[in-house]
Amino acid sequence: MSSGARWLVAAILLVLSRRRRRVTPVAKDEPEAAPTPARVTAPELPDRRAENVVLLLLGLGTACAVAFVVVYALDRLPRQTQLLGLSLGLAFAFLAAASVVVGRRVVSQHEREEPYAEPEHLEEQEAVVLVAQESASRFTRKKLVVLAAGGAGTALGAALIAPALSLGPAFDMESLYRTPWRRGVRLLDEDGRAYLAESIEPETFYTAYPEGAPREQLGAPLVLVRLEPGRLELPAERRGWAPGGILAYSKICTHAGCAISLYRKPLFEPTEPRPALVCPCHYSTFDPATGGTVLFGPAGRPLPQLPLAVGERGELRAGGHFSGPVGPSWWGVRLRGAR
Amino acid sequence: MVGRAAAGRAVIRGVVRFLDERSGTAPLLRKALRYVFPDHWSFLLGEIALYAFVVLVGTGIYLTLFFDPSVAHHSYYHGSYAPLRGLDMTDAYRSVVNISFEVKAGLLIRQTHHWAANVFIAAIVLHLLRVFFTGAFRKPRDLVYYVGLAMLMLALVEGFLGYSLADDLLSGMGLAIAYSVALSLPFVGASLALLLWGAPFPGAESFWPRMYVAHVFVLPVLIGGLLTAHLLLVAARHHTQFGGGRKTERRLVGFPTMPSYAPRSIGVACSVFSVLFLLGGLVQINPIWLWGPFHVDQATNGAQPDWYLGWLIGALRLVPGFDVTIGGYTLVPNPFWGGVLFPLLVFAILAAWPALERRVTGDRGFHNLLDRPRDRPWRTALGAALLSWVFLVFVFASADRVYVYLKISYTTQIWVYRVLVWVLPLVVLLVTRRVCRDLQAKERVEHERHLAERASA
Repeated sequence: MSSGARWLVAAILLVLSRRRRRVTPVAKDEPEAAPTPARVTAPELPDRRAENVVLLLLGLGTACAVAFVVVYALDRLPRQTQLLGLSLGLAFAFLAAASVVVGRRVVSQHEREEPYAEPEHLEEQEAVVLVAQESASRFTRKKLVVLAAGGAGTALGAALIAPALSLGPAFDMESLYRTPWRRGVRLLDEDGRAYLAESIEPETFYTAYPEGAPREQLGAPLVLVRLEPGRLELPAERRGWAPGGILAYSKICTHAGCAISLYRKPLFEPTEPRPALVCPCHYSTFDPATGGTVLFGPAGRPLPQLPLAVGERGELRAGGHFSGPVGPSWWGVRLRGAR
Repeated sequence: MVGRAAAGRAVIRGVVRFLDERSGTAPLLRKALRYVFPDHWSFLLGEIALYAFVVLVGTGIYLTLFFDPSVAHHSYYHGSYAPLRGLDMTDAYRSVVNISFEVKAGLLIRQTHHWAANVFIAAIVLHLLRVFFTGAFRKPRDLVYYVGLAMLMLALVEGFLGYSLADDLLSGMGLAIAYSVALSLPFVGASLALLLWGAPFPGAESFWPRMYVAHVFVLPVLIGGLLTAHLLLVAARHHTQFGGGRKTERRLVGFPTMPSYAPRSIGVACSVFSVLFLLGGLVQINPIWLWGPFHVDQATNGAQPDWYLGWLIGALRLVPGFDVTIGGYTLVPNPFWGGVLFPLLVFAILAAWPALERRVTGDRGFHNLLDRPRDRPWRTALGAALLSWVFLVFVFASADRVYVYLKISYTTQIWVYRVLVWVLPLVVLLVTRRVCRDLQAKERVEHERHLAERASA
């Protein structure tokens, strides 16, 4: 040990002994600070081995915590997230082990008994009742006052809740019927190019968007498929809605609003003979050949169909409005058609 | 040695006196240090939930420093994750991708946060089962039980909002379903959905800040407040315990906070932190960069929500396809059954249980001793039936995975499940009751043999 370190140790000892001396006179005034105060907890012999284990575990925990900082500080380390999690996780694991050894080995293991709290305070209960009654005793028309106060409370509650209506157009049901599709709107693909009728192949499906309207709305996306015209069984009033067997349906499931992104054709031919549009959220299954009727699953309404027309240059256009409102059901969904 | 102990005592005394003189809390402190915790492994479940909540708050605060709750589209992505470059995405999604790839330790904290949410709710559910099957919900702890149920409900919503905020494809699909479930409420659904979302789905831009403030402020504060009430109420009436030995209805036996219980509990806390950070670092969860940003016209097959919403997905999938209509008026749109009625029913049964049991058994007394599940065959059997009902609905949500792996027709499966979901809970009810009674009978026989042997000896 160098002389500097010796001086340091000496200085620390001096400071410590001084503090101790300063403390003693204060402690002497205290009755509970008698030389050997009665123990509150039961005495037990120390367990040095368990203590050593605790020291070791705390050391390992410290090392892991330091490792975390080192890993964090390093740049462009492969698997940095894994190493960070590992070092921090292990640091806590060692601390956990140390705490458990302290709790189960080092400190006293004496159980304690205690009576459960009194189940009731009858006297206080009675006092509360009396105070409540006596406080109201000078009212002459109690019922009326209670009624008036209740009325005021209700009205005030309603007044305070009213501004919540600013959150959204709560009574604008019109917005739920609206879609951007009307006669003549062209069908565009993902890159904004117009779909041509001749480019629609059978046995696959396409997603189409309306020209000149935002895509992020339930009424916008369509799913396009082509079936053999002879196999179509559309309702009579939808004659001419599927030129060349090309069918357009809203891509939004009428059950819970997910996008219809599975087309059961031709993959499942042996077990499920009909081509079908399927929603992957809850597997509502719609029949494109019959006008989007529900084949299976929880959907309560058919998929809305959009009438199609082929323009002069062979491009696909909407022939009118959807066969019904688009998206999940609500109370008014069957009252009117899509706008 | 003695001198040093005296000095240490003087320091502690200084602190205690400082506090006591200013707050008068020495009696409380003394009680708290000698508070008795009965020892049983199943009492740890609530503690695990508590410490997972601590991790959620800590990691959550860190995440707010980087997350941007906005669905504005500012530019195409050009960050360090190549597969997403050039994609159109919202600022919300971009900021979560950046937390995962650009922020140092960001992915660790994000994944730890997500894991903590899963563990939090799992621990609450297991804790609830423990409380239910041991009758710990009886007077004087029914209020604690109600507060706990409320926290579970809030935790489910909180978890859902958390993974919805990322605005990846999965969260968008989840929100579309939530919107449809809101719409499906009879009479008020449309107005409620329009109020919450501010516009028809995907909603107004203000919807994201609304979700955000609910997730990082309103719900955590509510859960925190209920948590405090829960703990204070537990402390006021003390813990329950299993009877036997010196443990009786009037006498509590266990380890005091100090010296032995506090270090053990710190051990539990550190174990929870350890497991969550190990999971967060080593086990990938919700890799939103693989799902991609959400667009209304996109959905992915094989999508599953976080486990604690699986029961709702299962319910939505099992219900046959019909809307209840009167004339042109749609009284009950389909998602109501699985998305609203089913969870409401489950929580209503759980909430009504203490009062129901009081009425049926006529037992209005105080209970500090826990029941062994076998000693209450009817409660155990009905609880097991309810649990199996919910669990089966949860499991049946995996019909699509079963189809992929085992090639059993999805349609056939669902028809079978629609029957099983009602039949199996009945079987569970009868079997559980039988098992409870057999266990009791076995104990009686052993007890009598024991007495007979002692008499003959």
